[in-house]
Amino acid sequence: MGNGTSIGRVRGLGSSHQGTHHWLASRLTAVGNLILLPYLLISLLLLPSYDFASVHGWAAQPVAATALILTFINTFYHARLGVQVMLEDYVHEAPGKLLAWVFVNFVPFAGAAFGVISVIRIALGGA
Amino acid sequence: MAQARSNRPISPHLQIWRWGPAMLVSILHRVTGNGLAFAGLGLLLWWVGAIAGGEQSYLTFTQYVWTGTGPWLSSWTAILGKLVLIGLTWAFFQHLATGLRHFVLDIGAGYELHANARWSVLTLVFSVLATALFWAFVLTSH
Repeated sequence: MGNGTSIGRVRGLGSSHQGTHHWLASRLTAVGNLILLPYLLISLLLLPSYDFASVHGWAAQPVAATALILTFINTFYHARLGVQVMLEDYVHEAPGKLLAWVFVNFVPFAGAAFGVISVIRIALGGA
Repeated sequence: MAQARSNRPISPHLQIWRWGPAMLVSILHRVTGNGLAFAGLGLLLWWVGAIAGGEQSYLTFTQYVWTGTGPWLSSWTAILGKLVLIGLTWAFFQHLATGLRHFVLDIGAGYELHANARWSVLTLVFSVLATALFWAFVLTSH
């Protein structure tokens, strides 16, 4: 921060010069969701029943498992971007802002990792 | 809220305003998006983790979220589960429709007052209809 001159007071408060990537990634993952989530919903609609054997059998198929893994990566990335914008708009003070920043950088990755690992376990046996 | 008579032009003002379709679907886009991010992805993780955990853990999941035939608590959470699942379905279709609306706005189209209001209302019509059709299909075919 500056020494009290007009220019000194505003330096560093402007654009971070990286918003375009955030905006574009949000749109790209939205397009990904536009393919992946209708695939998930239609697949679920077409299942003969929702007992363990049907659902597990469907998710274990290579194409379904691939789509599910992509879904976890893409939805969590998209959600992370959107939740970040929400938190930036509503959380302004120091402790909450720091917590929000840590949250939005940790939790989505943990969630996506758990989803991907689960799908791999379903697809490659175990259980 | 609305102080000015509807047939007079009004300027944007912090305190004198009236709900319109565009501002409703704008805030709904944020609300549904965050609802899907927290409740939707949380439930999706529980679901896939339950399948990965085997038959018993999948049974526990379906008892607490849908059938309510497990421990006494599950008969209550199953009511909540159904409401949340239907709510998330609506949230998904609403977020999808307003997301598509944002794509149109991103290319600089659809800002004319009447077109903007019309497409805003149509996102609401779409999300309600799609939710009803989706659940009608699930419940009649299973």
